[in-house]
Amino acid sequence: MLTLTCPYCGVAAEETELSPGYEAHLKRFGPGSTDEEFEAYMFARKNPKGVHFERWRHAYGCGKWFLAARCTATLEVFGTYPAQVGEPPANIIEKIKARRPEWKGYK
Amino acid sequence: MKRYSVFAIAREALRHHTGWERAWKSPAPKAAYDAIIVGAGGHGLATAYYLGKNYGITNVAILEKGWLGGGNTGRNTTIIRSNYLQDSSAAIYEKSRSLYETLSQDLNYNVMFSPRGVMMLAQTHHEVRGYLRTAHANALQGVQTEFITPQRVKELCPILNIDGPRYPVLGALWQARGGTGRHDAVAWGYARACSDMGMDIIQQCEVTGVRSEGGKVVGVETTKGYIGTKKLGIVVAGHSGQVAEMAGFRLPVEAVALQALVSEPIKPCMDIVVMANTVHGYMSQSDKGEMVIGGGTDGFNNYTQRGSFHHIEETLRALIETFPIISRLKMLRQWGGIVDMTGDRSPIISKTPLGNCFINCGWGTGGFKAIPGSGWAMAELMAKGEPGPLAAEFDMWRFKEGRFIDESVAAGVAH
Repeated sequence: MLTLTCPYCGVAAEETELSPGYEAHLKRFGPGSTDEEFEAYMFARKNPKGVHFERWRHAYGCGKWFLAARCTATLEVFGTYPAQVGEPPANIIEKIKARRPEWKGYK
Repeated sequence: MKRYSVFAIAREALRHHTGWERAWKSPAPKAAYDAIIVGAGGHGLATAYYLGKNYGITNVAILEKGWLGGGNTGRNTTIIRSNYLQDSSAAIYEKSRSLYETLSQDLNYNVMFSPRGVMMLAQTHHEVRGYLRTAHANALQGVQTEFITPQRVKELCPILNIDGPRYPVLGALWQARGGTGRHDAVAWGYARACSDMGMDIIQQCEVTGVRSEGGKVVGVETTKGYIGTKKLGIVVAGHSGQVAEMAGFRLPVEAVALQALVSEPIKPCMDIVVMANTVHGYMSQSDKGEMVIGGGTDGFNNYTQRGSFHHIEETLRALIETFPIISRLKMLRQWGGIVDMTGDRSPIISKTPLGNCFINCGWGTGGFKAIPGSGWAMAELMAKGEPGPLAAEFDMWRFKEGRFIDESVAAGVAH
């Protein structure tokens, strides 16, 4: 079972305790944006086979939204971090690069 | 190709079965083709078949990174139905279901289509209203379905507990002409027919790159070398996003794992397909006697072809409540497939930013039932360069323009 450590309350939460929220770090677009921007925000997804950044909610725990770096091809978890960031923090990027030297980096 | 028939069986019986030929050839790739289809699953093979049959295009290669029919075609619960709410969905799924009716004769290969009936239980008042609406919509679309009473549910499926404490059965949407088919045979039958038309099915050949010049595809890089083509069809289900990325565009698709399982074989106890979407499980009995059970998808991106254990537990919990007699059954096998989910839970059969490249994906949790219809529509798109009436609404730009074909209520869960 997938286990993610909540960066807020520190609990190693099992999947049944969490609600998934799919891709993280989406740039929001709303009224006034072009159709292309809104479609990209609303529907187009990276959906990578490999390193992925996701939103998760510790739903049956502290209730907080947090972010996780995970490999979709192996289910390996690289780390979790608070949600109040625009892109993955440096320490998470380092952890991923240590495990996946061929990874092209966050873009 | 030697036809399969009762006379062929008799002839071969007399000579100790020494005369059967291979169902399809496994040639080395040629330098170039008129059309290449990436993905030799049901949808890819059906596309190739109707390209040849309906449009006479037979200089075609079907490239498969594993073995044919080894992806979701070999991993589903074989349910065939067309009781969808939206007109464009009902049209393509009904086309598909009707093609299944004569597919064995058409392919000269027994796909074991069994129109045993598909029942979708209504276990909340909301579901009753939803299915009544679907039944009315289906009547207008020419799809034969009806809303039936709990008593009729019990008659059709005596092992069903209609008086459950949490979710008593309040009725059901019944499609008598839905049913099941033999999933592998569908792939094998199409493959045999394609090979017979002179198409090359190339297995163990992974596409690693798409080469394009001036906004048009000129060929694909593969693990068996470069192959040129005049047209490219991407029909790869779970890995659509990867191949689309090679071609330089992004899809409104996410890949998640969907699980299924089968029990030990038991004596015949149900002769229809039952889907219970509120409690979330669906079940039918295979010809071998195994109960074939489908569950839900995981809520996160996953390419590992295995899902989370707690989903199996939830599915079985729901089914034991619905079918108390299965509570002592042992489960024999469990597996997962990678399904490509779109934002509106409807498929994409579309042109792409590359002029001669076409994509067929996003069938999500319900691809098996759509194989013949999907291939029919995709072949028309590839042959003419423009979608026909079946595929017209399913283009990938509908997400930008807000023309959703919203089946998330009808089809987001069980398929």
